[in-house]
Amino acid sequence: MSERAAPVTHHEAQDSESTDADSSPDAELETDATPVTTGAESVVRALENAGVEYAFGVQGGAIMPVYHVLYGSEITHVTMAHEQGAAHAADAYGIVAGEPGVCLATSGPGATNLVTGIADADMDSDPMLALTGQVPTEFVGNDAFQETDTTGVTKPVTKDNTFSTDADAVGDDVGEAFALAGTGRPGPTLVDLPKDVTNGETDREPSEPRTPDTYEVQEAADPEIVRAAARRIEEAKKPVMLVGGGVIKGDATEEVREFAIEHEIPVVTTMPGLGAFPEDHELSMEMAGMHGTGYANMAITHCDTLIGVGTRFDDRLTGGIETFAPEAEVIHVDIDPAEISKNIHAEYPLVGDAATVVSQLAEEVDSSPQATKWRAQCQQWKSDYSMAYEAPEDEPVKPQFVVEAIDEATSDRAIVTTGVGQHQMWACQYWTFTEPRTWVSSHGLGAMGYGLPAAIGARLAADDDQEVICFDGDGSFLMTIQELAVAVRENMDITVAVLNNEYIGMVRQWQDAFFEGRHAASEYGWCPEFDKLAEAFGARGFRIDDYDDVAETIEAALAYDGPSVIDVHIDPREDVYPMVPSGGDNGQFALTEDQL
Amino acid sequence: MTGELEGPAPEERPTPEGKRNSQGIRVDPEVEAEHEPRRTVISALVEHEPGVLSDVSGLFSRRQFNIESLTVGPTEDEERARMTIVVEEPDPGIEQVEKQLRKLVPVISVRELPSDAMRRELALIKVNATRPDQVAAVADMYGAKSVDASPETATVEITGSRQKIDAAIESFSQFGIREISRTGPTALARGTEDTAAGAPAAEQTSRQQPTQTQTTSDDD
Ligand SMILES: Cc1ncc(C[n+]2csc(CCOP(=O)(O)OP(=O)(O)O)c2C)c(N)n1
Repeated sequence: MSERAAPVTHHEAQDSESTDADSSPDAELETDATPVTTGAESVVRALENAGVEYAFGVQGGAIMPVYHVLYGSEITHVTMAHEQGAAHAADAYGIVAGEPGVCLATSGPGATNLVTGIADADMDSDPMLALTGQVPTEFVGNDAFQETDTTGVTKPVTKDNTFSTDADAVGDDVGEAFALAGTGRPGPTLVDLPKDVTNGETDREPSEPRTPDTYEVQEAADPEIVRAAARRIEEAKKPVMLVGGGVIKGDATEEVREFAIEHEIPVVTTMPGLGAFPEDHELSMEMAGMHGTGYANMAITHCDTLIGVGTRFDDRLTGGIETFAPEAEVIHVDIDPAEISKNIHAEYPLVGDAATVVSQLAEEVDSSPQATKWRAQCQQWKSDYSMAYEAPEDEPVKPQFVVEAIDEATSDRAIVTTGVGQHQMWACQYWTFTEPRTWVSSHGLGAMGYGLPAAIGARLAADDDQEVICFDGDGSFLMTIQELAVAVRENMDITVAVLNNEYIGMVRQWQDAFFEGRHAASEYGWCPEFDKLAEAFGARGFRIDDYDDVAETIEAALAYDGPSVIDVHIDPREDVYPMVPSGGDNGQFALTEDQL
Repeated sequence: MTGELEGPAPEERPTPEGKRNSQGIRVDPEVEAEHEPRRTVISALVEHEPGVLSDVSGLFSRRQFNIESLTVGPTEDEERARMTIVVEEPDPGIEQVEKQLRKLVPVISVRELPSDAMRRELALIKVNATRPDQVAAVADMYGAKSVDASPETATVEITGSRQKIDAAIESFSQFGIREISRTGPTALARGTEDTAAGAPAAEQTSRQQPTQTQTTSDDD
């Protein structure tokens, strides 16, 4: 488990810094720092109180007062090339560190550039705090220069957002937003900071970062339903545990692993759940869903009891609702009650913190399910539908081979980030994930361009001895390639492997399968030479054209102590299989295009 | 990949018997049960702060909940407002409405009101004043009050259940209706029962999905 995996409650973070802080809401904090005099100082003080170490952002008129204070603070600010990069970096930082990542932007275009990254964090329940500058209050609503209704724009993609109106309260707003982002089901929060508020005078120290009174999180599930679920598990003939991203976010990997291993229950993960259960374990069926393994999808389709933990049953996982686990009674553990029976009805709804509820179940289950035959069946499916591919020496390099080669050359604790497309799916399928918080990707939103800025955020949250690898597509990489400048400036040790097929490949694959092979806007007439581009940015550039180069190049890129980019020229016709067509039946996955 | 994988092709794989309906509920293959939509009243107590109405209405539009009416106004506590929301959804949809509402940070509590809750709507009805006596007589019949009169128009105010107001409008239409404005219902639970101030948001959540259908009464 990641060393940073301990859950952070902001009350604790606070207590450790000022031991005798009064618990009343308005208690002023004892700090050695000079008293605050402006709203902006209060904002930065709130971040410091919350234990923030890094912030990612871009300067601009409306946010300048905050930067003015940040300049003298202990918080390290990383200037990104684009605000989308700042948001993705903060998001990735949040995933790896297990506490909210912070990003900053100015009003108007700065704020709108953050939106993709905020929406991404929202879909994936990643803890993140966005601070945006805003035009002075008196101009708000007048279409002033660089004014955007940022709270309006981000309302549907934030866990909560606030328009700050008062220099005395702005620090509390920031502290509260930070606490909210990381408590319960994590998510992005935003505070919009009008310039007159951050410039405004105040002598009020922000109080302890805490969630609002109306926000309550249920930790333990109803014991009665836990008992009923336990009986169901004991009687199961064909049980499966379905492990989602909530298990990682809720630091429940240990509990889940123990439970599954003790009761010998096969484990399937969702895409965000990669790393929650070691994929090299016999019980692991790996990832289910559209591009999940055939065996995971067979297990889901034929199980009689499905124990879903920290998953929201996204449609990329379930395929068609009607044919998802059609014979299973569903036990659903989730901290967010609204996820229960939203997509898949749960016979046993267990609302609560994943670690707590799985421990409750562990207490209550007296005997393991009698499922010897079922486990044998699962192993049979593993060999029937093994993840094989062919890699003839005289053909272009297969992307799967490259993923496996980098996996072999790095430690189990290496962190993988990706863009979005075929390369992302090959990374899911052919990397063997064994540790939580080592997989950082854009799942729910599927935002191309996520990979490189995410690698930057992950790098800062990772331990020094953890490698950070970004698998990117040529299309995805081009969307945020400018962040290479940041990686070089900050001398970050990250390795980008661009699985270059000179296509926006996933689209090309769908066109071949469902649009008569007409490659509308998916083919690149000319693709830059990424190794040379990397050198122009000041990074190390490498290129792989055939199998002979693979091992040596990977070794050199990993050895380089700074950002390096490997432009891997892969077989441009390679497709991602298995595949469950959109809305299809998971048990009917296709292994080739002919089967679609 | 080259399709060299073994194992049966899709059509040769066994298909399980069971199925789920479009609401994700496991059903008997024979029955195909779906929940029919029903109309109900949900009451929400919220922080009385700017933006909360747009939070709620935005939630309804982006989640495609079928909302019939929404009224909002202050309560006995000046920091809180009450929203009365009439929705028409199948049971799982109603449950989602409640849960999603509870997730909004400024929402304090949410409750589906029982069928005997008091529900009242206000309507202003402006008709042609050619036959003032008869207008007064119809108004009397429905307990409506005259609030404005001019040589050409008469405006009455009426409160009551939706059916009662519908019926009144029907009767007034004989005079020629010029304009109508209706508020949509607001509601309170009867007697000592709390309308939506009960347990804080998180506590009412782990209950099983209600299965039996409730109809909300519209009469007085
Ligand atoms: C911002 C954004 N725009 C468009 C898409 C639609 N899309 C999904 S995958 C894909 C192709 C990605 O191509 P590339 O990055 O080259 O990766 P490959 O599939 O070739 O590995 C596209 C265009 C998206 N997911 N995100």
